[in-house]
Amino acid sequence: MSEFDEFYREFILDHYKNPHNYGLLAEPDAQAEGQNPLCGDEVTVSLRFAADGETIEEIGFEGRGCAISQAATSMLTDIVKGKTVAEVAVLPKEELLGEIGIPLTPVRVKCAILGLGVVKVALNRSKGTALPEEWQGLDIA
Amino acid sequence: MLPAPRPAPETARYSGCVAVNLRRGLDPVRLRADFPIFEQRFHGKPLVYLDSASSAQKPRQVLDAMTRFYETSYANVHRGVYELGERATEALEGAREKVRAFVNAPKAREIIFVRNATEALNLVAYSFGLDNLGPGDLVLATELEHHSNFVPWQAIARRTGADFAMIPLDGGGELALDELERFEGRSVKVVAAGLVSNALGTVNDVSRLAGWAHARGAILVVDAAQAAPHRAIDVQTLGADFIAVSGHKMCGPSGIGFLWGTSELLHSMSPFLYGGHMIRHVGDRETTWGELPAKFEAGTAPMAEAVGLGAAIDYLSEVGLEAIEAHEQALVVHALEQLGDIPGVTVYGPPAESRAAIVSFNVATRSGGEIHPHDVAQMLDLDAIAIRAGHHCCQPLMRKLGVLATNRASFYLYNEHADVDRLADSVRRAQETFA
Repeated sequence: MSEFDEFYREFILDHYKNPHNYGLLAEPDAQAEGQNPLCGDEVTVSLRFAADGETIEEIGFEGRGCAISQAATSMLTDIVKGKTVAEVAVLPKEELLGEIGIPLTPVRVKCAILGLGVVKVALNRSKGTALPEEWQGLDIA
Repeated sequence: MLPAPRPAPETARYSGCVAVNLRRGLDPVRLRADFPIFEQRFHGKPLVYLDSASSAQKPRQVLDAMTRFYETSYANVHRGVYELGERATEALEGAREKVRAFVNAPKAREIIFVRNATEALNLVAYSFGLDNLGPGDLVLATELEHHSNFVPWQAIARRTGADFAMIPLDGGGELALDELERFEGRSVKVVAAGLVSNALGTVNDVSRLAGWAHARGAILVVDAAQAAPHRAIDVQTLGADFIAVSGHKMCGPSGIGFLWGTSELLHSMSPFLYGGHMIRHVGDRETTWGELPAKFEAGTAPMAEAVGLGAAIDYLSEVGLEAIEAHEQALVVHALEQLGDIPGVTVYGPPAESRAAIVSFNVATRSGGEIHPHDVAQMLDLDAIAIRAGHHCCQPLMRKLGVLATNRASFYLYNEHADVDRLADSVRRAQETFA
């Protein structure tokens, strides 16, 4: 396996080329968009909650950007679906980075966690969950 | 096309002299031996540094000059009566004289040391703009502009109630100067334009802009950050009222740049930063300003950095700006050919003859799937090739091109044809990975 292939592992490219939960929801309960000003990556996430108002029943995203940002957001949607608002609000970025599983430099970490930040902003706006400082820069709308 | 020159043996060492090919032109492989950064390997490979438009690497001559200054001549300038203070002042003012000669400014006091081109442009925007702009006035910046000669003007125009508009680009990546007609009859006060575009490498027809601006009583503010490292500049023939330059892009240290402006304009302007050194007399209620350049140089100057900039100018002058420009022109021709040969690669900007050594491009796979510049740059990094990926501080231009970002390879005196070949090979490998 070349260094190239090692970095851009098959499953990352799969998520990038065939993203899961792609497309915004028609009538979302929560939605937010964010950008990575460094490279212009864009992600918009929409969420719908179950009847209990706590469980994330549906999630959809759209975005433009590098393979890492888009694949990571695709993976994130799989992680988030079925979890509660409270769980996702405190979901550590390390969990997502672990899922991605390749060593990322600080610049690329920003790409990888863009979608997670946007989800946290959406939950903060719709449910008033805490938005720790590290994610506040994304709350720009 | 001639074959690429063979690299010289890697034993070329720094001898205290600049390595110049005596026949004519320069020898990038020998010059590279002056730059310690290239002694390292990245991912086990020698570094191909194609990001000089962002910041250039430093030759030992510059680093040594700064160390020598700290070791033998360091004290605060313009204050000490003691010998060391005199030496430091001489070093700083000697650097100013080198800068003056470098851009052929009429007077050394027209050279204002600043942190970088951005600060120089902010100086002009604040000092000139706040006093001279108002409702009904128009400020123009090109669509190609780096944010540093765009955002300050947009912001100061907004603050003063002046209008702000862009001089558009044509489809070929050059300024559509015929479009200037649409601003006829307006009270144009400022025209802000880069000499060389950092994103596309376009060399702008600044002289024509100067004639147009001056005929309307406007000033022309030129961002020369991408030009000064690569081609000779003569402010007496350029037509600009101000030019802004960063030292770090021309082999000098970071933290130093300069503004050149006509003494008439600089005299007429208010200071930008207030504090020590920039005063003539401080009264209890009012202060008068010092002479040029002190009026615009509040606080302790970046002294060692100025010395380093002076050494960089010596270095570039010894290699020869003409030789550098010719060398880079050959590299850019080679790069446009090599990248243009790869199916799926889109190169932006004008043809080689009207561009400097900057090539912006995007890469798609053979089946047409676009590869984001960040991914391209990441894969190139694994091959120890450093390029820039992003919007290059030119978001208006990116909108015009209809892209979020591009890859940008930029060349300097230490790059050779083989670097371009490695770039092209690596781009092909990236295409395969993403296929």
